[in-house]
Amino acid sequence: MVSAPDSTLELPKVESSALENDISDIKVDNIGDFTFPERNKYDSGFGITSKTIDYISDVKDDPDWVREFRHKALKIFLDKPTPTNWATKDLENIKFDEFRYYLSDGQKPKRSWDDVPEDIKKTFDRLGIPEQERKFLAGVEAQYDSEAAYSNIKASVSEQGVIFVNSSEGLKEHPEIFKKWFGKVIPTGDNKYSALNSAVFSGGSFIYVPPGVKVKHPLQAYFRINSEQFGQFERTLIIADEGAEVMYMEGCTAPKFETATLHSAVVELVALKGAKIQYVTVQNWSSNVFNLVTKRGIAMEDAEVRWIDCNIGSRLTMKYPGVIMKGKRARGEVISIALANSGQHQDTGAKMVHAADDTTSNVISKSISIGEGRSTYRGLVHIPKHLKGCKNNTECDALLINSSSRTDTYPAISVRGNQHATQHEASVSQVSADQIFYLMQRGLTEAEAMSLSVNGFINDLVKEFPMEYSVELKRLIDLEMEGSVG
Amino acid sequence: MSLQIKDLHATIPGREILKGLNLTINPGEVHAIMGPNGSGKSTLSKVLCGHSDYEVTSGEILLDGVNIHDMAVDARSRAGLFLAFQYPNEIPGVSNANFLRAALKSRLPKGEDIDAVKFYKQMYARMDQLEMDRSFTSRSVNEGFSGGEKKRNEILQLMMLEPKYAILDETDSGLDIDALKIVSRGVNAMRSENRGFLVITHYQRLLNYIQPDIVHVLKDGRIVKTGGKELSLELEERGYDWVVEEPLTKAA
Repeated sequence: MVSAPDSTLELPKVESSALENDISDIKVDNIGDFTFPERNKYDSGFGITSKTIDYISDVKDDPDWVREFRHKALKIFLDKPTPTNWATKDLENIKFDEFRYYLSDGQKPKRSWDDVPEDIKKTFDRLGIPEQERKFLAGVEAQYDSEAAYSNIKASVSEQGVIFVNSSEGLKEHPEIFKKWFGKVIPTGDNKYSALNSAVFSGGSFIYVPPGVKVKHPLQAYFRINSEQFGQFERTLIIADEGAEVMYMEGCTAPKFETATLHSAVVELVALKGAKIQYVTVQNWSSNVFNLVTKRGIAMEDAEVRWIDCNIGSRLTMKYPGVIMKGKRARGEVISIALANSGQHQDTGAKMVHAADDTTSNVISKSISIGEGRSTYRGLVHIPKHLKGCKNNTECDALLINSSSRTDTYPAISVRGNQHATQHEASVSQVSADQIFYLMQRGLTEAEAMSLSVNGFINDLVKEFPMEYSVELKRLIDLEMEGSVG
Repeated sequence: MSLQIKDLHATIPGREILKGLNLTINPGEVHAIMGPNGSGKSTLSKVLCGHSDYEVTSGEILLDGVNIHDMAVDARSRAGLFLAFQYPNEIPGVSNANFLRAALKSRLPKGEDIDAVKFYKQMYARMDQLEMDRSFTSRSVNEGFSGGEKKRNEILQLMMLEPKYAILDETDSGLDIDALKIVSRGVNAMRSENRGFLVITHYQRLLNYIQPDIVHVLKDGRIVKTGGKELSLELEERGYDWVVEEPLTKAA
């Protein structure tokens, strides 16, 4: 046993009832007390060193290969410079020494419902989030009681041989499948933040769908919310075997009231021959969060990977879902919506790497900048010379709401050879004063007019989201627009 | 009860466009305003609706006795003022049906919604009157519509919102004769004792189909002559130049 870096206590056994006790422990006199020094037995301490890694591996009881993987990743993370040569300087404001990299359930900061800011409560109200979930989302409760729903889903899919577990369980219980693909789609050294995730990851999902199995209902992270699931360093790996089909949904439109301000997830998708994976994300971070995510899928022959992504909130989001089309006739698609309000920077896009003949990729990105908000689109399309019959279509449209709103587009398209077709369209538009006058003349308030226009702008993409998300998205945009006018 | 415009002066930065305009529209009346280009016809319609490009420097507008000077564009709409635009805007991604619903809903107390079945029934009936294909309900507002289709869509909105006072700004421009007949039929169907109309037009042609009770000539920001239907015919024949020779007529 190895001690925690800042503690002399021995590692305790995690008692199953510890969590419940912690919740019931919350008394009125604890309100606002976010420090629980007597509980640091679950705490990896501040900062990140090889001791931190050992601590995490001990707590999680990692197999040796995972411990080794983490240590290697740490070295890469520490060696890699912050990529401010192309990305925003704001990255320099991330103080890596000031974070805790692992907190077990009992150690999450506690707060009472009364501590939750009014605007967050109001938003829950407006979005119609059920009472029970509000408390979880606000961080008042560490666990959302959805075990029943999750068990049902899990039971129904496991009949088909589908594995749907968290990533820690996945790497222990199914090493033969897990190891084969883990870190293969996104190598540890892909970027500084994927290296960080590789060093300290916890939480996230592992899904394996056997050959030919088509999972009817979308698998949702939402159904098995626990504190680890929404951890800072989620790691998700989804493998669809030959001819299999699966849709995965993560996140929700409710704002997450977070104290942890750095989130760095890694998501790897593997679609084997003829398989289809759709990955749907709707995320609404509170505006103090750095959200630096690496998401990539690999599509073998005749396979398809689709990313459907909606980013709202956060201080800085950097996320460029990608697809490597490795087999003939593979298809990749990224559909994304980004909304940046004042103090927020959505730096999003897509990477499409064509690595076989007759592969097809499609990128449709729409961003909305409100107030001083900034949206950036970065797109990479790579088609090498030796291939033939590759097609890419890229459309990126930006909508600016206020005169101080900002958008930038950085497309990088490298197409070699003359047997391919690519097309790139970009537009920047503004909701015109005349359009608002027209809508207001029909009785809509200025905010309603703005919301309707913005919802119209993204309407064709919203249709790609599952129904319950699209309804919430619309309400969310109504909320975001309220502060933007008048 | 009336829409009263009293000695209205309105400017855009650096230029006065309306220079003391007087006009009273009672429910049940159809007024036509004719005038040469640049006389202030379109300005009048926008000023009545509260467009922020124009500043009212003096005079007042009373909507059923209430001075609407401080009311925003949307509040004026909900109070019963409707403008059929000369150049209706396109709203990409927003279906006609959703737009109409939002407009109707804005008239209800907060939290209430309209009865969807009733709404569609009424909308379809109105569309039939205007010979609009049902596909227009799901098409984005005015996007890709022909000039004539846009004008029909304006009248559809008029029919659905049932305002107390409707202003038609050059509704006849860009319409062929068949479309003109259909649009006029829609407007005439909405004529009622409880509703006043202000029909702004450059040409007499529209007034063959929408018969006005009173015709005004607007010139250089003021109403310079008022008469009956026959005045429009005279204008058609003689043009606008002769009107200026006439002594100023008192507003109706």
